[in-house]
Amino acid sequence: MKEKITGAEALMRSLEHEGVETLFGYPGGSIMPVYDALYDHRDTLNHILVRHEQCAAHAAQGYARVSGKVGVCLVTSGPGATNTITGIADAMMDSTPIVVIAGQVGAGFLGTDAFQEVDLVGVTQPITKWNYQIRRAEDVAWAVSRAFYIARSGRPGPVVLDFTKNAQTDTVDYEPKDVDFIRSYVPEPETDPVLLDEAARLIDSARKPLALVGQGVELGNAQEELKAFLEKANIPCGCTLLGLSAIPTAHPLNKGMLGMHGNLGPNIKTNECDVLIAIGMRFDDRVTGRLDAYAKQAKVIHLDIDPAEINKNVPVDIPVMGDCKKTLRLLTEKISPADHSEWIGSFREYETTEQTRVIEPEIHPAAGPLNMGEVVRAVSDATRNEAILVTDVGQNQMMAARYFQYGKPRSIVTSGGLGTMGFGLPAAIGATFARTGRPVCLFVGDGGIQMVLQELGTVMEQKAPVKIILLNNNFLGNVRQWQAMFFGHRYSFTPMLNPDYQQISAAYGIPSRRVMERAELAGAVREMLTSDGPFFLEACVVEEGNVMPMTTPGSSVDEMLLEC
Amino acid sequence: MDKIFYTLLVYSENFAGLLNQITAVFTRRQLNIESLNVSASSIPGIHKYTITTWSDRETIEKVVKQIERKIDVIQAHYFTDDEIFLHEIALYKLSTPEVQENPEVSKIVRRHSAIFVEVNTTYCIVEKAGMTEEIISLYNELQKTGCMLQYVRSGRIAITKSCVERVNGFLEAREARYRQEKAGAAKKAL
Repeated sequence: MKEKITGAEALMRSLEHEGVETLFGYPGGSIMPVYDALYDHRDTLNHILVRHEQCAAHAAQGYARVSGKVGVCLVTSGPGATNTITGIADAMMDSTPIVVIAGQVGAGFLGTDAFQEVDLVGVTQPITKWNYQIRRAEDVAWAVSRAFYIARSGRPGPVVLDFTKNAQTDTVDYEPKDVDFIRSYVPEPETDPVLLDEAARLIDSARKPLALVGQGVELGNAQEELKAFLEKANIPCGCTLLGLSAIPTAHPLNKGMLGMHGNLGPNIKTNECDVLIAIGMRFDDRVTGRLDAYAKQAKVIHLDIDPAEINKNVPVDIPVMGDCKKTLRLLTEKISPADHSEWIGSFREYETTEQTRVIEPEIHPAAGPLNMGEVVRAVSDATRNEAILVTDVGQNQMMAARYFQYGKPRSIVTSGGLGTMGFGLPAAIGATFARTGRPVCLFVGDGGIQMVLQELGTVMEQKAPVKIILLNNNFLGNVRQWQAMFFGHRYSFTPMLNPDYQQISAAYGIPSRRVMERAELAGAVREMLTSDGPFFLEACVVEEGNVMPMTTPGSSVDEMLLEC
Repeated sequence: MDKIFYTLLVYSENFAGLLNQITAVFTRRQLNIESLNVSASSIPGIHKYTITTWSDRETIEKVVKQIERKIDVIQAHYFTDDEIFLHEIALYKLSTPEVQENPEVSKIVRRHSAIFVEVNTTYCIVEKAGMTEEIISLYNELQKTGCMLQYVRSGRIAITKSCVERVNGFLEAREARYRQEKAGAAKKAL
C-alpha cells in the first residue's frame, strides 16, 4: 500500500525497515524536518544526543563493532557534516559499517555557497565505501536500502547520505525497498577451487606454518571456523590489533599480538615460518615493519574478501578469495590433521624472555608508581576476561591491547588504521548501546580524553554504563616515548597540564575515584565494576612509562627491542 | 622499475561523480593521466573510460583493483599497446594564406592520408586519425612549415583484440548467480 508522506518521514520508515533501533546524532538547520519526523518515532528509534558530531560517528562505530549491526548517525549540513569526517575516515580504514545521514541545503541552493552548504559528497568521496546525494523524496527508500546493503555486505565500510532539505519536506508515495543486488558490486568474490586445493596442499606440506588472524575473522563471524582450522592442522597464530578477540587469549595456539608493540614470539616467528597464512588481515605497516625484510622465506597464503588487498603490500603465492567463514570451513575439510608441537614449542623461549623481561616488571612491579599494564591487567582479571575493551589511541591503547585478556569474540574496539585520538570515549558510549550485558571498559589517556571531554555530558544524560579508566601520566605518552627514543629526550609539547578529573566527574554526576597507591588498585577496580552505570577511575601511573617490546620504525619484524 | 605505457578500459554505471572517483585513484598514487576518454558504451546505461598512463606492472595492477573496488564500477582492465587496437584523432588548424604560399603543406597532408575538413579565407582545418605516432609525425612536419595556428589531440580510444565483450559476460554471470542465490534462499525458506 502506497501513501503520501514527507521524505523525512520516509527516512524514518526506511530506517525502521532496516531494523535500526539506535542512532547517534546532533540536530541543526538543514536536518530539522528529519528531527521533526523523529519526534514521532521516539519509541522505536532511540536517538542518542551526543555533544559533538565527531562523537556521533565514533559512537556509531563503537555500536557497530560490538553489535555487528550497522551504526547510524544523523547530523546537519556544513559543520555538522564535516565534524563527522574523522569518524568516517576511521570507519573506512577499519572496515566498520556505519551510515552517516547528513542534512544538506535545498537542491535549488546547491553550488551557491548557501549557508552551511558544503560539498559533502565531494569531501567524503575518498573515505567512503559509497556516498550519495538524495535530491528527491522519491529516492529515499532506495538510497537508504542501498546504503545499508553496501555498508554491511562484503568488506564493510562507511556510507554517507547527503539529504537535501527539499527532499526532506517534499512528499512521496512511500514503499519500502530492499536492495540486495547491485550488478557492478561483488560483495563476496567467488572462491577458486583450484587455489583452494593448492592452499590445502601447501598447508599440508608445511613444517612451520604460522597463521595471522585479522579483524576479517570477527567481521565474518568465523571465530569457530578459525578455531577448527587451527586445531586440525595444529597451527600457531598471531593476531592483529583488531583481530585480538577472534580467538581467546588463553587458547594454546594463540601466540599473541603481531606488530610494532606485539609479542616477541609471533613477530620473530614470522621470519622463521615456512608457510604464512594470512586470514582477513591487510599487512598494515604497523604489523609488517620493513617490507623488504618481511617473511621473505615463507610461502604466503592470503584469505580475504577484498581482491584489492591481494599483493597490496606483501606478495602472495596463493590468494583464497571469499568470506573467510566459508573459505576457512572449506580449507579445514581439505587439510589433513597435523602435529607441529616442536615448532609450537619453539615459541616458548621467546614467551619466557618476554615474560621475565617485559611482562612481569610491567604487571607486577616491586615498587614505585602504578604501571599502565598493571592497571589494565587488574581490570581484565576482575572482569574474568568477560568485558568489552575499548581504547583510545597511544600508550593506553597498546598497553590495553597487550595486557587485557580476551575470552569472547568482538571484545576489542579500538582505532587501528587511522589511530584517532579521541575515539575511545564516544566509541565506548556507542558500545554500551549494543546491549550485550557485558561491561564496557574504556582505557584512555589524559590527552585523548580531553579531545572529547564534552561527551561526559552524553554519559551523564544516558547513564551509559561506561567504565572509564584514565591512565593519567601527565604526558602525551606515546609521542613522549618516541621523543625519548628517537629525538634525544626533547619533550617538545608533550607534557600535559591536567585539570582535576575528580571535579570534572563530579560536575557531570559520574561516580569517580583516583588511585595512586598499588594497595588501593584492586579495591578501586572492584568499586568501579560493582557500581551501577558509569564510573570514572583515574589511575595516576608512572609518568615516563614505555610500551615495550618495540619494533622501531624502519626495522624488520624480528628486530624487537625489549628495553629502551 | 621500468615504466610501461598502459591503457585502462573501465566500464561503469552512468552515475554522477564516478569520473572523480576513478581519477582520484591515480592522484593518490601520483600517476599522471596521459589521456582520458569517456563515452557511452555499446551497452545501454554503461559508460566506457579509456585512460592511458605511464606506470609499472605492479602499480597498475593495484590501481585497476582499486578502481574496480568502487561500488558502481563494473569492470576495469589494463592493457599494453600490443593487446589492443587503438586510435586517436587530431585537428590541425593552419593559416590559409600560408598554406596557399607553401605547396609543401598539402603534400604533407596527402602523404599522411589526412584530410581537409574545413577551409575558409583565414584558416583551414586538417583532420588526422590514426596511431599516436602518425599524429605526432604529421604535427612535427606541419610545425616545420610554420603555418600551424592550433593543434588538438583527442584522448585515445581502444578496443580489445578478444572477440567477446567481457562486460556482457560478467553482467550475465552476475545476474545468473543472483537469481540462483534467490532461488536457493526461497527453497530454504520453504
